[in-house]
Amino acid sequence: MITHPFTYRAPSTIEEAVAALGRSRDAKVIAGGHSLLPLMKLGLAQPDALVDLRRIASLRDIRAEADGTIVVGALATHRSIAEDRTIVSKLAALAEAAAAVGDPLVRARGTIGGSLAHADPAADEPAPVLAFDALIRAIGSKGKRDIRAGEYFKAAFETALAPDEIVAEIRFPAQTGRTGSAYVKFAHPASRFAVVGVAATVTLKGDGTVERAAIGVTGAADAPFRAAQAEKAITGTKGDAKAIAAAAAKAAEGITTLSDLVASSDYRRHLVTVYARRALERATQRAQG
Amino acid sequence: MTAATTTTYIGARVPRKEDPRLITGDGLFTDDVTLPGMVYVSLVRSPHAHARIRRIDTTAATEEPGVVAVLTGKELEATGALPVFITVPSMNGSKHMPITTDKARYAGDAVAAVVAESRDAAKRAADAVTVDYEPLPVVVDATKALEPGAPIVHEEMKSNLVFTYPVKGGDIDKAFRDADVKVKLRLVNQRLIPNAMEPRAAVAKFEAGELTLWSTTQIPHFVQLIVALNLGLSQNKVRVIAPEVGGGFGSKLQVYAEELIVGHLAKTLGRPVKWTEERREGYLATIHGRDHVSDVELAAKRDGTILGLRVRTVANMGAYLQAFAPGIPTILHVFVVPGAYRIPAFDYEMRGAYTNTTPVDAYRGAGRPESAYVIERAIDRLADEIGMDPAEVRRRNFIPADAFPFNTISGLTYDSGDYAPALERALAMADYKGFEKRRAEAKARGNYRGIGISSYVEICGLAPSKANSALGVGWGGYESARIRVHPTGAVQVFTGTSPHGQSHETSWAQIAADALGITPNDIEVRHGDTFESPGMGVGTFGSRSLAVGGIEVHKAAEKVREKVIQIGAHLLEASPDDMVVEGGKVFVKGVPDKAKNFGDISMAAYLANNLPEGMEPGLEATVYYDPPNFTFPFGTHIAEVEIDGETGAVELVNYSACDDCGRQINPMIVEGQLHGGITQGIGQALYEAAIYDDNGQLLSGSMMEYHVPTAENVPAFKLDHTMTLTTTNPLGVKGIGEAGTIGSTPAVANAVIDALSPLGIKHLDMPFTPEKVWRAIETAGGEGRR
Repeated sequence: MITHPFTYRAPSTIEEAVAALGRSRDAKVIAGGHSLLPLMKLGLAQPDALVDLRRIASLRDIRAEADGTIVVGALATHRSIAEDRTIVSKLAALAEAAAAVGDPLVRARGTIGGSLAHADPAADEPAPVLAFDALIRAIGSKGKRDIRAGEYFKAAFETALAPDEIVAEIRFPAQTGRTGSAYVKFAHPASRFAVVGVAATVTLKGDGTVERAAIGVTGAADAPFRAAQAEKAITGTKGDAKAIAAAAAKAAEGITTLSDLVASSDYRRHLVTVYARRALERATQRAQG
Repeated sequence: MTAATTTTYIGARVPRKEDPRLITGDGLFTDDVTLPGMVYVSLVRSPHAHARIRRIDTTAATEEPGVVAVLTGKELEATGALPVFITVPSMNGSKHMPITTDKARYAGDAVAAVVAESRDAAKRAADAVTVDYEPLPVVVDATKALEPGAPIVHEEMKSNLVFTYPVKGGDIDKAFRDADVKVKLRLVNQRLIPNAMEPRAAVAKFEAGELTLWSTTQIPHFVQLIVALNLGLSQNKVRVIAPEVGGGFGSKLQVYAEELIVGHLAKTLGRPVKWTEERREGYLATIHGRDHVSDVELAAKRDGTILGLRVRTVANMGAYLQAFAPGIPTILHVFVVPGAYRIPAFDYEMRGAYTNTTPVDAYRGAGRPESAYVIERAIDRLADEIGMDPAEVRRRNFIPADAFPFNTISGLTYDSGDYAPALERALAMADYKGFEKRRAEAKARGNYRGIGISSYVEICGLAPSKANSALGVGWGGYESARIRVHPTGAVQVFTGTSPHGQSHETSWAQIAADALGITPNDIEVRHGDTFESPGMGVGTFGSRSLAVGGIEVHKAAEKVREKVIQIGAHLLEASPDDMVVEGGKVFVKGVPDKAKNFGDISMAAYLANNLPEGMEPGLEATVYYDPPNFTFPFGTHIAEVEIDGETGAVELVNYSACDDCGRQINPMIVEGQLHGGITQGIGQALYEAAIYDDNGQLLSGSMMEYHVPTAENVPAFKLDHTMTLTTTNPLGVKGIGEAGTIGSTPAVANAVIDALSPLGIKHLDMPFTPEKVWRAIETAGGEGRR
């Protein structure tokens, strides 16, 4: 139960929402509420004001722009992302990550913008957001700016967002050539958060060698990260099982992995390599068509 | 003697009468009870597992808006102490006050109560109570609690030993002398959290000298008795109502602190009072289950014949003894450890220990899952040692069908049983013969596949009362039932049992319908209200309701039937011996067109102007019934698992069970009980564990950490049954509420160990979490897919 008092506003434009955010000392933005409300019930978050975005209909859209950029509004629910045809065909890893969030109730209410703003280190969608090199478009009192995914996630529950900035949309660059992607996850049995979740995108050259690969890892560390060493190792190879396994083995290099009741640091490190391999295998197969 | 009852509805898949209101949200649960002027209680609970209470400052809390009262344990001593209903020999009982006054003995022990105008205000004020604690050394592990120098949970006792409970039979030394093979196992049966879907709640009002208490309880009559005694009220002025209760599994088989607190507050404040548990609070303040560590030694011949079983167990009782706690690891566990097997020598010593943890009491199966785990793991370990098929070791040691009634080495008398057919049918369902091919296919995928058997026997329907008394059980083994036929022919069955998901409204109606020649829809079953009850009810737990309470409904219905026949024969001017009671009519055999309707008979019974000479008016019967023995359901469960060779993740791929609960009243309800029970048992094997750190903090303190399995985690169960009728009661029914939980855990455990046995792994402790299994594979040098 929520025992502390707070004010509530539901503006109809994002500018009004930004203004509302600036008017309170400790305001929080709410969308689906599936991260914030549990924290408020436990008394771990005690905002003095809630700014509800749900009346800002434009933030719900999922659309493709002329240059092939796919724009996902911050209020798009996990379910709407998982079921969107464009995303399923062009951004499979994102669709799979959205489908892997929580349970049907959470997916029906929770939003991608909420997930990114909350920045739980075990959330699913940050992995494909990283692997697709997406831009997070934030709107604040100083106007709008695009933050690269690689610079967005700072630490557990910490992002590059300024206190008065709101995530408006997530912009996925056009996927060109022979590109495939996948998200695979070792879920916490109880919470369904990612103990380890890995999204991979693989682009092949005409001769079948790997032109580019990106691997986003969530759940394993204090913040989601790109597995740079593994990406480097797979690039230029034929993308065969051996090359993938060798690359995946480097997926946790230089990373301090988390430890909890479900997975120790060592086990998480091991899972990162196993799931990086599985994600790369599936993404490569998809790129090969 | 009149014509025998036909079984039209007994054995039929009658849809549950409870479902329409529950599915449409019309059920009234305790927390739904809201009364004018109601105030709310929130309890202040100790964050420390062991701490002396130096001082409690309630000033700030009292000043919070909406606060009615802030009360410490000293101010609430009038609630009296919490009861313990079972006393075993040598027992060191503890005093257990609803609000502790001297020290907190576990994290969650209540230290103060706040009453306020709203739930929010009560919770806010509870946060404002300041308690000055002096933290004390903590003991969490039961074995360590019994070591010299351990922190003492109840200082007046000088030791944490609650009891030593030995049970012996045969010559154990000779068994081990004569043995070709001896196997040893240390088994940890981990602590579990019951997780009933509905959290606990209690609501009390006091009007015109009468206390009404709504409670999420499995035992409203016990609650009524204790509330009356403790609060100094005449028992006829205490009405306890268990409305819809959303699951219990033993966790609501208590008289809890909160029931006494709201009762006392309603009486003293003169306002209705409500307390509702939060889930995280429940993890601390509602009882836990299991928590045994057993050293098991089995002596056998090389041909698989078991010669003797020696077990030494320490049971963690938690910080206080709860209502039934002393009986769970003793009476309900030790005696049934020999299970389905002829074991010539038996030597068991059970010790209970206090620790700074949440109290432990009955959780679905309550002692018998621990029994089945001991014997079924030991049998598999023996099979592995002598290189024999585990199914064959079981066959060779089963008590043969012609040996019943059978006196077990632990002192029970199994009235009936036929274990081999259940095993063979389960083996066939599981395609046991084809398993090695599936193991090889899994290996080619880099995975480990295993199959595991569990052939359990359990005990239900603790009775008769004299035997209970001899064992130290402070309650009778009976139940009560009343059937009232109103003048119009409307029928009500009142039962002392108190269902919380067991479908008594349907099953009891089926039993009564057959006796009365009407349909289950003609019958209303009422339960869970001490002012409506037939008399003293015992309650619903230990899979006892059908074998005790259902029999009473049958007996009461037979009494009413007898009177219906007498009246019918009188009105039809025929002999009672020739009467038929069916289809809502009473008629002379062969003359159905000259029938009297059931309602004609009941009206005649109340008009009372044309009854047989000397017959009392009215049409009802009340029965108390004390069965002559326990019942002993049995069965075989077979689990098949595949383990991801890279991650250690265990997937349960096949599950087959053949259970024997005697006659089934409603096969659909039997299957439902099995589905739920098996899933809970799988939960223990694969997922669930209450984990404390060394400071006594519960780390698995919410559903975000503690995984209760759902349909997603289990395969479609293949179920079959055999039907060996018990001789203990006239319907031949035994009980099915806990069988699934008892049978499934060892089956899954044996399957996991079987999967890992090619790596030389002999045992792992539950739950078989991915990392634990992965580490075992790594240590054993497993290959996986790499």
